[in-house]
Amino acid sequence: MKLGYFPGCSQTGTAKEYDISLRKVVEKLGASFDEIQDWTCCGATSAHVTNHLLANSLSMRNIALAEQQGLDDIVAPCAACYNRLVTSQHEIQTHPELKQEVELVLDKKLGKEIKVMNLIELFMKIGSEKITANRIKELKNLKVACYYGCLLVRPAAITHFDDAEQPSSMESLVELTGAKPVDWNYKVECCGAAHTLARRDIVLDLSKKILDDAKEHGANVMVVACPMCHSNLDMRQRAMKREYPEHKDFPVLYLTELLGLALGMDEKELGINKHTVEFKYNELPADKAAV
Amino acid sequence: MSSHNHNHVHTVADDIKEKTFQDVSLCYQCGKCSAGCPVRYYMDIAPNKIVRLIQLGFYEEALKSETPWLCAGCMTCSTRCPQEFDLAKFMDAVRELALEKGVKVNKNHIVKFHESFLNQIKRFGRSWEIGLIAEYKLKTLDLMQDVDSAPDMLIKGKLEMIPHKVKDKKSVKNIFSRTAKK
Ligand code: SF4
Ligand code: SF4
Repeated sequence: MKLGYFPGCSQTGTAKEYDISLRKVVEKLGASFDEIQDWTCCGATSAHVTNHLLANSLSMRNIALAEQQGLDDIVAPCAACYNRLVTSQHEIQTHPELKQEVELVLDKKLGKEIKVMNLIELFMKIGSEKITANRIKELKNLKVACYYGCLLVRPAAITHFDDAEQPSSMESLVELTGAKPVDWNYKVECCGAAHTLARRDIVLDLSKKILDDAKEHGANVMVVACPMCHSNLDMRQRAMKREYPEHKDFPVLYLTELLGLALGMDEKELGINKHTVEFKYNELPADKAAV
Repeated sequence: MSSHNHNHVHTVADDIKEKTFQDVSLCYQCGKCSAGCPVRYYMDIAPNKIVRLIQLGFYEEALKSETPWLCAGCMTCSTRCPQEFDLAKFMDAVRELALEKGVKVNKNHIVKFHESFLNQIKRFGRSWEIGLIAEYKLKTLDLMQDVDSAPDMLIKGKLEMIPHKVKDKKSVKNIFSRTAKK
């Protein structure tokens, strides 16, 4: 079983720390993967909202490359890439005429079905025993709001992953670190990532509601598994403060960073210092655990 | 594909069916989609009403609405629809058709964002933030937005000065030319 890695564009730029922490954590857990050689952008979201054939061709080029490279499964840690890849696979499998069109565009026959995993599925596959066995630090002071957003769980008929309205798989992973997941209402609400540049007002409004709900339910940190969600929820907090002066900083970590901390790595190693809102586990005010 | 009935004119509803493999008549207008839509209150027409306009043949009204462009593609609607009508996918097709038919949309910043984003992929095979932001700003002259996050990204080494380029340029070129709209 050869595991492949589809980093996606964010991983090489605005979400570098996600790439760094993912690679470190996977290595620490004794697993490994090969990057898909010469991958292209999956086109999310601009391609599928304007040209369905372009979108499906961009995604399927990457699946075809993975096949060529002899990979069996691939992990796409960006929820948007993950969603595009599984959606395109589903589309061409259910519509032979579309498959033919895409094959003509790519000059390639599309054959083998490759399982595309999201980040949570990757860690479920690696196994909870491995995480528990390698845990060095118990993250007792953290009360975590697990944020899934849209693209990990929807549409359920295509992702076949967790419950679309009340997912709980991320909470199970977070519990392995010793942190405590909180119950809250906005875990599958949309942060508006598609409009990040063009309609910042919408993004700030939706993202703030998500952060507020997490705080109201007693969380002192949010955990995400998507670079687009992260940039809206973390990076946008500066603009959020200007728009809504009452807003107080709220740290947002990638799931890989949280796991990394539990596996004994420090913030700098994991790239957490690249975030807009600072986070240092040891400097967490004692009362913050009960905000 | 389109009907072979010779009285039948190829309609926008047919175009949508070809792009999405689903029939708009599936929707029975319960409104559940609009009730859960996170951007409903920014829209001029509710999402279910866009479906209704298409069902009734008011194509122009549907295609020039801002609603499809404001749709964030979150798929809450598609997940909850009792008729299993994939409204998010329907919205994709409506946008695609509005572009194909050259319909003037009011809020064209969103269209310009998509164009700028796709141009980076066309040039490099991958997205490039600096190129994207520069092109988008030039197209919209919206120079002041993001003044607060860009410096942050620079200091933290998150903005690449040079784009990552895909080596197999030919395959990227083919994908764009072969899927281009005539
Ligand atoms: S939820 Fe489905 S059936 Fe109900 S109005 Fe929306 S699209 Fe139509
Ligand atoms: S996919 Fe679009 S229309 Fe459907 S709920 Fe989300 S934003 Fe609204």
